[in-house]
Amino acid sequence: MAETRKYPAPQGNPETKPFWDAAAAGKFMIKRCTACGEAHYFPRSICPFCFSDKTVWEQSSGEGEIYTFSLMRKSATGPYAIGYVTLREGPSLQTNFVDCDIDKLKIGQKVKVVFKPTDGAPLPFFTPV
Amino acid sequence: MTIKGRAYIAGIHEHPTRHAPDKSTAQLHAEVAKGALEDAGLTKADVDGYFCAGDAPGGAWPMVDYLGLRVRHVDSTETGGCSYLIHLGHAAEAIAAGKCSIALITLAGKPRTGPLPPRAAGAEADFEAAYGATTHNAYGMCAMRHMHDYGTTSEQLAWIKVAASHHAQYNPHALLKDVVTVEDVVNSPMISDPLHRLDCCVVTDGGGALIVTTPEIAKSLKKPQVRLIGHGEAMKGPRGGKDLDLTYSAGIWSGPRAFEEAGVTPRDIKYASIYDSFTITVLMQIEDLGFCKKGEGGKFVADGNLISGVGKLPFNTDGGGLCSNHPVNRGGMTKIIEAVRQLRGEAHPKVQVPNCDLAVAHGTGGLLGVRHAASTCILERA
Repeated sequence: MAETRKYPAPQGNPETKPFWDAAAAGKFMIKRCTACGEAHYFPRSICPFCFSDKTVWEQSSGEGEIYTFSLMRKSATGPYAIGYVTLREGPSLQTNFVDCDIDKLKIGQKVKVVFKPTDGAPLPFFTPV
Repeated sequence: MTIKGRAYIAGIHEHPTRHAPDKSTAQLHAEVAKGALEDAGLTKADVDGYFCAGDAPGGAWPMVDYLGLRVRHVDSTETGGCSYLIHLGHAAEAIAAGKCSIALITLAGKPRTGPLPPRAAGAEADFEAAYGATTHNAYGMCAMRHMHDYGTTSEQLAWIKVAASHHAQYNPHALLKDVVTVEDVVNSPMISDPLHRLDCCVVTDGGGALIVTTPEIAKSLKKPQVRLIGHGEAMKGPRGGKDLDLTYSAGIWSGPRAFEEAGVTPRDIKYASIYDSFTITVLMQIEDLGFCKKGEGGKFVADGNLISGVGKLPFNTDGGGLCSNHPVNRGGMTKIIEAVRQLRGEAHPKVQVPNCDLAVAHGTGGLLGVRHAASTCILERA
């Protein structure tokens, strides 16, 4: 059912525009700080760990595993699976799990990024490998 | 500087309504303010400090004007359901600093009548809003991971609702007065795995208010004296996604700060008001405040351990948000009010904790599974 949901177009802003431009080209980007070496998500211009402004864009593998999830049963657009993925590069992020039988999701399961269209830039989701 | 003993709660009022389609939200704020002032034995003209959060229509200055107050200190800190616990701490700071001497804190709203206005978006909006985080599934994600890491079960979570229902049966204003069993909870419909309908709190219209004042003024009034002796506040979020752990809350920071300031430990606490938006909220807060070790909350809450007169930690003796009242989807205010009732000896006789001289009121605001605040207040009978 999640596939039939209509997703809002990202509004974007000068800080995050490169992320959405890359998403339009099918690339899933994270930010990494060259001062402390830590990767983070969602992207900031200033590192949330060491507060350096030496952050750079990096293409993520788009691969990770499910940290947790919950199946929302009471929704006007049908059940959907919200959860967190921990990327191979380290950061965890909120997402929906799509294109799968959501009743079979498990913590620790391997997943990969998939983009879904909006009226603007596409949005990242994750699906079991 | 400490706020220990510098401020007393002189007046409390919980609106008896649970559904108020015939009243305005500002009117409910005024009604609870009036009730708290009458409880304290003070008048509106005595108030010189005002505290409100995001539920107050238009914020502080429209409310100050609507209520006809003349104040010299205002604070509209907005941290969701725990705003009022933070307000209590901030009121004590303001009173200790001489910025005001009689502070009014109000909460009111009508989510049972109709939907609440949307909140302003944060910097994360483009990266999260589409995924449909609600209160139910955000807390569901915490419960799912807690079960995975610690073996917590739905039956253990159900005991929290069972205990609340045992207390609510004695509250004539409680929305849900029926005692329920563990089986009732785990057999109720699944809302957002692993949380069932009876793991969720009620949705009610209503509100509550507090009057906070100096020790000198409190001692001149007729009500039993209750003072704040420790306060803590903290926030937690994914913070760039590093080391995500949804099995603990910001309560691991607000709790120790409050206990340290008060000079007491969780073992000393006779009664606990703990925000119960969901059963998992209570279980995690009990761990985070140090009533048991992380991961042992499931065993701790089972078998009636939270039922007054039965267990070791009587909690939410008004029936809490799970059964009695959850005005404006914000539980912090009613948590303070029931703790004050316990310390005054004004709780229902069937749930009154004998010789209750030390209590904690604790809550979170926002979404535990996303980003949230927490605040802890240690209260003592003077």
